Amino acid sequence: MMAFQALLVRDMRLAFRAGGGASLAAAFFALVSALVPFGVGTDLVLLGRIAGGVLWVSAALAALLSLDRLFQADYEDGSLDVLMLSPLQLEGAAAAKILAHWLTTGLPLVVLSPVLGLLLNLPPPGYFALIGSLIIGTPALSGVGAIGAALTLSIRRGGLILALIVLPLITPALIFGAGAVMDALQGTGRGAFLFLAAFSVAAVALSPFAAAAAVRLNLGG
Amino acid sequence: MITFLANPKRFLDFSNAISPWLAGLAAVLLGTGFYWALFATPPDYQQGQTVKIMFVHVPAAYMGIMIFGVMAAASLMGLVFRHPLADVGAKTAAPLGAAFTALALLTGSLWGRPMWGTYWQWGDARLVSELILLFIYLGYIALWNAIDDPVRAAKAAAILCLVGAADLPIIHFSVDWWNTLHQSASIIRLGGPTIDRSFLIPLFIMMAGYTALFGWLWLIRMQTEIFERRARSLMMAKGA
Amino acid sequence: MAVLSLVEVKNLTCERGGRRIFRDVSFAAATGQVLTLEGPNGAGKSSALRILAGFLPQAAGEIRMQMTAGYAVTDSEERGRLVGWIGHTDGVKAQLSVLENARFFAALYGARIDVTEVLNHVGLKRLIDLPAQYLSAGQRKRLGLARLILSNRPLWLLDEPLSSLDAAGRRLAAELIGEHCDDGGIVIVATHETLGLDATRFFLGNV
Repeated sequence: MMAFQALLVRDMRLAFRAGGGASLAAAFFALVSALVPFGVGTDLVLLGRIAGGVLWVSAALAALLSLDRLFQADYEDGSLDVLMLSPLQLEGAAAAKILAHWLTTGLPLVVLSPVLGLLLNLPPPGYFALIGSLIIGTPALSGVGAIGAALTLSIRRGGLILALIVLPLITPALIFGAGAVMDALQGTGRGAFLFLAAFSVAAVALSPFAAAAAVRLNLGG
Repeated sequence: MITFLANPKRFLDFSNAISPWLAGLAAVLLGTGFYWALFATPPDYQQGQTVKIMFVHVPAAYMGIMIFGVMAAASLMGLVFRHPLADVGAKTAAPLGAAFTALALLTGSLWGRPMWGTYWQWGDARLVSELILLFIYLGYIALWNAIDDPVRAAKAAAILCLVGAADLPIIHFSVDWWNTLHQSASIIRLGGPTIDRSFLIPLFIMMAGYTALFGWLWLIRMQTEIFERRARSLMMAKGA
Repeated sequence: MAVLSLVEVKNLTCERGGRRIFRDVSFAAATGQVLTLEGPNGAGKSSALRILAGFLPQAAGEIRMQMTAGYAVTDSEERGRLVGWIGHTDGVKAQLSVLENARFFAALYGARIDVTEVLNHVGLKRLIDLPAQYLSAGQRKRLGLARLILSNRPLWLLDEPLSSLDAAGRRLAAELIGEHCDDGGIVIVATHETLGLDATRFFLGNV
């Protein structure tokens, strides 16, 4: 437990130091969301209708940003070797790193989202659903993303491949998350939160094992 | 049988022996299927002759999914049971699966156009799920190509395939759910509400033909892959 | 207080990237013993250590770690938990200070020892607040030695631990290895250089 906490704190500390990527993801999220009106026009009603979806897509892309270094940095300086032999082993280390990623990348996105919702004229009923769906859904992004990060850790500039393999896998989160906002706006209740929560729980529970297996194969050579 | 074929030499002998037969079988089945489909079945009362595209589309869609299942099984055999040819099987099947899926998407688009008025209809849940499946195939192939060490690439791809296989039913379910937002989703399904019973036999013949075609192409690709690996190890031994 | 009585390797065969690096290698090291693995480049010294630590599966052969309590450990993950490791890379985070790195190692291994004392012992006392990226290679190696001490593991597997160390650093490393063996540990070192210690030498030749 102490070891888990130590790794969690270490990774969070690293995320906020130079080259960490925590603020980068939040800035990217804001930038992409702000770009959309330039693409689709200033019709406020239209923007308000698509705001939930736009923010979810931007959040997914932003979460991917810092993922490629999740294991690669530790792989390059030998820390992964140390973690594999530590009391945590790779499964515990992966879980700690996923949690750290969510706390430093996912949560800031959640906090920023209502502000961006205002920017995109999201109608009032949508805010609770937006924030709630992002809180529930971003852990899944970190979890599945970590699997991709572990698989691609030995690839130089693996960021693009990472995105290519992770994005199709997280479509359920995107569908249920944006769907939750849509439902809130239209007054339809289709259980989006429930399905999103189920997906997130499954992703978070299983991803440390898959990620650890992928790290192990890369350390074995 | 699977363990019998684990030896590359035995596998090569086996595939040399049966691939001409598979090719012949594929030709016969596909030829019969095409003829029957085009000339021996009535045009649909709603769609006219264009319904015949389903004889190309439906088996292709089915193959796209089935091949991914085969890859998942091969991935499992490679990771857990260390079957020597398992990763060869998975790697070589992937482009075939991607091709069938792309064919399904293309023919699905052409089939739907007269009905929908557009080349793509997001409201068809099955077609949308197939689009995501195509991306998963592409990611799988990209991963194989991006990792230099073939042993690592095989294991990484295997993990990705298994994760993808586990996720696919969830993706399909979520796409279905996504479509319930648009009430008009009920009749958008390709193929309409009922298929004339006379279509079923040629459809099965076409499916069998596609399967034989896949089997033939797969065996050939596996042979090629085995030869390439042999060539590579000869070169490495020379360098050592 | 010795935990590990014997590390035994029998008929070990190593393959990497489809090529055989070595085959049928056997050696053993007992409590208090230092074993050096020597050999030309490419002989597989690093690979042998990585197999022992459990990073790399062996193509053939057995590895046994006999515990003083009476049972033997063969599973690669369990073996890993007995190992204190120094590899080619340092395992040090460049953006964290020396002290932060050391405190992380202490928390990771649940070490009860005073971290600053350990850093003192390895000669990094004056550098504790310096971000690790500003350390020289030799200083990073010393931080790695600190990690070894904090890990409190019976078997030390060291891959070229003396590289980048100055004369004082080498004396320190030899001293720490000696102390570790006196405390009942076992040390297996892959090295080109002499440790200045009483070591059993094992030569890994080419196939």
